[in-house]
Amino acid sequence: MQSTSDEVLIGRIANGDRLAMQVLYARYHVRVFRFVVRLVRDEGTAEDLISEVFLDVWRQAGRFEGRSTVSTWMLAIARFKAISALRRRSDEELDEDAAGAIEDPSDDPATALEKKDKSASIRKCLMGLSAEHREIVDLVYYHEKSVEEVAEIVGIPANAVKTRMFYARKRLAELLKAGGIGRGWP
Amino acid sequence: MNAINKEPERHEIEALLPWHAAGTLSRRDADRVEQALAGDRELARRYDLVREELAETIHLNETLGAPSARAMEKLFAAIDAEEARAPRRQRSFDLGGRLSELLSSLTPRTLVWSATAALVAIFVQAVVIAAVVVKEQGVASGPGLASAPSEGSFAVVRFAPQATANDISNFLGAYKATLVEGPLNMGGQLYRIRLSETKLPKDEVGKIVRQMQSESKVVGFVAAKE
Repeated sequence: MQSTSDEVLIGRIANGDRLAMQVLYARYHVRVFRFVVRLVRDEGTAEDLISEVFLDVWRQAGRFEGRSTVSTWMLAIARFKAISALRRRSDEELDEDAAGAIEDPSDDPATALEKKDKSASIRKCLMGLSAEHREIVDLVYYHEKSVEEVAEIVGIPANAVKTRMFYARKRLAELLKAGGIGRGWP
Repeated sequence: MNAINKEPERHEIEALLPWHAAGTLSRRDADRVEQALAGDRELARRYDLVREELAETIHLNETLGAPSARAMEKLFAAIDAEEARAPRRQRSFDLGGRLSELLSSLTPRTLVWSATAALVAIFVQAVVIAAVVVKEQGVASGPGLASAPSEGSFAVVRFAPQATANDISNFLGAYKATLVEGPLNMGGQLYRIRLSETKLPKDEVGKIVRQMQSESKVVGFVAAKE
C-alpha cells in the first residue's frame, strides 16, 4: 500500500492537509536525510535541506503527476537541493581530501585495512568515494532504486547510470587495493 | 548452464549485478542474470563482491542517524507562515484517501507508543508481516515504525519475494526474533528485527546471522545491525 498511500497523501497535501504532511514527513524524513547527508557531509546542512525538500513537496504536491513514485520524486528534489548547496560550498576540495585520506599510508592502513576487518575497510572506502559515486551507490544499494529511477533522480540516461555505477565500483576497488585489499576485480 | 562466451554480453550482464543484488531488476532481466550466473563462475565471484558492497553500504547508511526535531519544527513553521499568508482551498472529501490514511495511522509507530507494549508488539508484528508479504506480491507495503526499541541485539533483513506470512512468522519464531522497525529504506523492503532483548556478544550475533542467511527461502538478505 506504500505507493498508493503515498499518492493519496500527496493528494491530501495538495489540499492543504497538514496531518498528511506530518505522515509523509514521518515516513520519509530519515531516508531523505541520509541521502542528503551522504552528499553534503554535514548534518546541520542536511537538516536545513530536508526542511526545504519537504517544503517544496508541500508547495508542489498539486503538480505531482504520479509518473514516478513519491520517494523517487522527493529524492530528485533532495538531490537538486544538495547539489546546489555543494556548489555554494565548493565541496569538491572536501571530496578530494576524503579520497586522499583513504589512500594515505599515514592513515594507519596496517590496522584500518587489515583483512581481518574487511567490512570496516569497505565502509571506509565507500565514504571516500566522490559525491557523484557515493550518490549512485547509495541510490542503488540502500534506496533500492531501479536503473530507470536512478536515471530520473540523477537526470542522466539509463545507460549512463549503469556506466556510472560501474565506475563507482571500480573506484571503490581501487581505494581498497590502495589500502591493501585486492579483490581480483576489475 | 549457458556460459557467456561473448564479452560484450557478459559486460552487459555484469553491469546489472548491483541491481540484481538489490532486487530491483525486472523479472526478465533477473532471469537473464540468474542464468548467466549459473554458467559463469567468474561472474558469480564478481556477484559475491557486489553483495559484499551492498551489505556494507546498508550498514554504513544505517549508522548515519536521523535529523533532530529542529528540521521538522522549521518545516512546519514555514508551512504555517505560508498558510497564514495564503490558505489553500479544500477539495472534495476523499473517502479512499481517508480510509487509506486511517490504515496508515494504525501503524506500529503509533501503537508502540502505547503502554500495552507486549500485546501491541504481537499485533504490530502481524500487521508488518502481512504488509511485507502483500508488498512482495506487488500490492502493498509495510507501515513505518519510527519508535522502535533500542535495547538488545538487532539485524536488518529483507524477506524473499516468495516468502509467505507463515514462512516469516515461523522464521521469526524459530530465532525468537521480532520485527521492530521498517521499512527502513526507500524501496520499502528492509526491516529491522530484534534478535534478543539483551545485548549479545558480537560472535553470537554473527552466528545467528549466518544461520539466518542460509534460509534463502524466507530471507534474501540479512546483516547484523549495531
